[in-house]
Amino acid sequence: MLALLTPPSGLEQLWFALIGVLWVGYFFLEGFDFGVGVLLPFVSRDDLDRRVVINTIGPVWDGNEVWLITAGGATFAAFPLWYATVFSGFYLALFVVLAALIFRGMAFEMRHRSTSERGVRWWDRAIFWGSALPALLWGVAFADFVHGVPVRADATIGGTFFDLVKPYALLGGLATLALFTLHGATYLGLKTDGDVRIRAHAVAERIAPVTFLIVFAFLAWTYQSSRTMHHTGLVPPLLPIIGLLALAAVGWLVRDRLEGWAFIATAFTIVAFFATLLLDLYPNVLVSSISPQYTLTLANTASHPYTLQVMSWVALIFTPFVLLYQSWTYWIFKKRVRRPGTTSDHQADPTSV
Amino acid sequence: MSVLIAGISSLSLARWQFGVTTVFHYLFVPLTIGLGLLVAILQTVAYRTGDAEYERMTRFFGNLFLVNFAIGVVTGIVQEFQFGMDWSRYSVFVGNIFGAPLAIEGLLAFFMESTFLGVWIFGRGRVSKRIHLASIWLASIGTILSAAFIVAANSWMQHPVGYVIDPVSHQAVMTNFWAVMTNSTFIAAYGHVLFSAFLTGGVFLLAVSAWHLRKGHDVNAFGKAARVAIVVTVLTSIGTMFLGDNQAKMEEVQQPMKMAAAEALYNTASGASFSLFTVGNLHGQPLMQIRVPHILSVLATNTWNGKVQGINQLQKQAVQQYGPGSYVPAIWILYWSFRIMVGLGMLLFLLGGLGLWLVRKRRLEKSPRYLRFATWMVLAPFLANSFGWIFTEVGRQPWVVYGLLKTSKAVTPISPGYVAASLIGFTAIYSLLAVVEIGLSIRLAKVPPAIETPAEAERVPELIY
Repeated sequence: MLALLTPPSGLEQLWFALIGVLWVGYFFLEGFDFGVGVLLPFVSRDDLDRRVVINTIGPVWDGNEVWLITAGGATFAAFPLWYATVFSGFYLALFVVLAALIFRGMAFEMRHRSTSERGVRWWDRAIFWGSALPALLWGVAFADFVHGVPVRADATIGGTFFDLVKPYALLGGLATLALFTLHGATYLGLKTDGDVRIRAHAVAERIAPVTFLIVFAFLAWTYQSSRTMHHTGLVPPLLPIIGLLALAAVGWLVRDRLEGWAFIATAFTIVAFFATLLLDLYPNVLVSSISPQYTLTLANTASHPYTLQVMSWVALIFTPFVLLYQSWTYWIFKKRVRRPGTTSDHQADPTSV
Repeated sequence: MSVLIAGISSLSLARWQFGVTTVFHYLFVPLTIGLGLLVAILQTVAYRTGDAEYERMTRFFGNLFLVNFAIGVVTGIVQEFQFGMDWSRYSVFVGNIFGAPLAIEGLLAFFMESTFLGVWIFGRGRVSKRIHLASIWLASIGTILSAAFIVAANSWMQHPVGYVIDPVSHQAVMTNFWAVMTNSTFIAAYGHVLFSAFLTGGVFLLAVSAWHLRKGHDVNAFGKAARVAIVVTVLTSIGTMFLGDNQAKMEEVQQPMKMAAAEALYNTASGASFSLFTVGNLHGQPLMQIRVPHILSVLATNTWNGKVQGINQLQKQAVQQYGPGSYVPAIWILYWSFRIMVGLGMLLFLLGGLGLWLVRKRRLEKSPRYLRFATWMVLAPFLANSFGWIFTEVGRQPWVVYGLLKTSKAVTPISPGYVAASLIGFTAIYSLLAVVEIGLSIRLAKVPPAIETPAEAERVPELIY
């Protein structure tokens, strides 16, 4: 594949950026959904607590998941070979993600209609595992894109399942799992009241240092082994450093009850984290651990310019509407979710940003 | 393990997986599209008139809509992912063209339906009634739009337009997006798909209402819902039949082999007769047939003595055009799925027509046999939808993209173990989902809605989920 030598065109760069935005947006939004799901058993004492927790993401989780569907579709359209290689090569991991998302999505709609306590228990498990597994596996996948998997000459991935779960990738998975969980904790701090809110703060304070260590270790490793260090983004490693600073601040922000700022800090860390990985990846999209010749790049996986142009127009016209109405729903449901019958003693809460 | 053997068995496993997941997904999609629109209509009437019974029906059928919507969503993600997972060579070949509608579907349709459905579920009492009504309409429009893009993508596989084949990469490359989105196949198929989805919603509404009418629950409210449903069933069953007939005439030109197989017409004939019923042997030779003279020519070409091409002649042409191989799809599947689809469609027209007659005679509520029949007919649209797609997709074989790419060349070169594992996994998960979903739907459908005082109806619950 001589295309390695071909620099990406402007349109290809644009679509890499747009797909990057879709993925980063997905992780920013569904990141707290996943975190809320992971924290479900830890911040609730009874069924009412659990319902409060689930209702914080009730109106928005489905819209958040569409970011993934759109990212998948956009990757298919703009970089078909990247889509085909990754989706067929990460076969079992994707099967697990799909199964997890199926049970999780069903659980939100079915749990409150369940008539037996046992049924409710099972849906709770579905929410926990359905959130934890994708949170872990997305990190594994993105770490693999950067660090390389055995991409062969025919752009298929060789090796076995275990070539995809090497230590670096596992650390990446742990980093996203921890980061999303912390993000969920700051979100719950912002969106709940009473005991759940207090517990969410406690969890956030407790896991913030561990999360920092894992994410720091992962980003340091990434920096160390970066194969494209001469490219933008990592040298000087501004983005990951600011991301880590924001992450370091989360513990203090939560302790000082600056809930809005704490949420912004975890959100910013997630954005910086994935932007770092994507910039490190550029202009590749999937590194081959067999030979750099087989590495998939923007140029050798992209669709023809006409397709990219058409899609650019569609994205240009319609994305603003989507962003507007999706933000609007967060505005409508901005109130904290409370246990029925309780009124808050924080009614005039000054903690929003 | 030789690649060839691996390729063949991965192929059949991948085809089974696509069949299982797609048929399952499509049980819920048309119901969501149809019921979404009907709930929007019921809510509009309730909003305009302030009628508490329409309001009750909106909420009752809204709940059933939501349960089915959820399962459509979660199984839909599998649809998008499995092109890459199981059909990676297909994905590379068509990505330039096929990927665009999928991405646009996400951006234009899925964001809209999921976001506004969230507003609709959680916004009752929190947003104004106008916005609440607007949100169900926007969600419904989202479902209708999403069908447009996915049918456009499928229509390109049935009848590729607006492309060239890149001589270097051997990929199909889009040259005209407008041509893809105005593909004659798409226009024809989209109408048929949409009307059959509305028909599915109408029959579902009628079936559930009929059950309650027979049991004497909330007779006024379900009577109103049933009347809406009957009108919708009559209109959309007529629309579905006309659009289907139109589509079949187009297929006779674009994919004559599909139509020849659907009729088990082995040899080209003028003034061809239509076969109502056939018993054949395993080699595909008919043993016993009931045929109606000239009707096939009329159906296929709109003329009494029109020429309809036969399977044998078409096979010879295909070999000349594309090289050696069999270009005949599984005739018995096509023959029967076509008849089941069409037969059920006509039965649904009968269901609607009979209902309309009873309504005009003011005897609907007093006709337990009709009401029982209507309840059982709930199965018909689901079967017809499934067999319709089985017909369309199996009839395109051996092609995945008609005339351009064979299904056997489209599959991911992957060890069959993976595909078998995920096939078993998805089948198990979907079976579980089916049990849960059908059990819940039946339970929700059977509990008559509580009649609330206006004050109770206005109450906004703190927790929805």
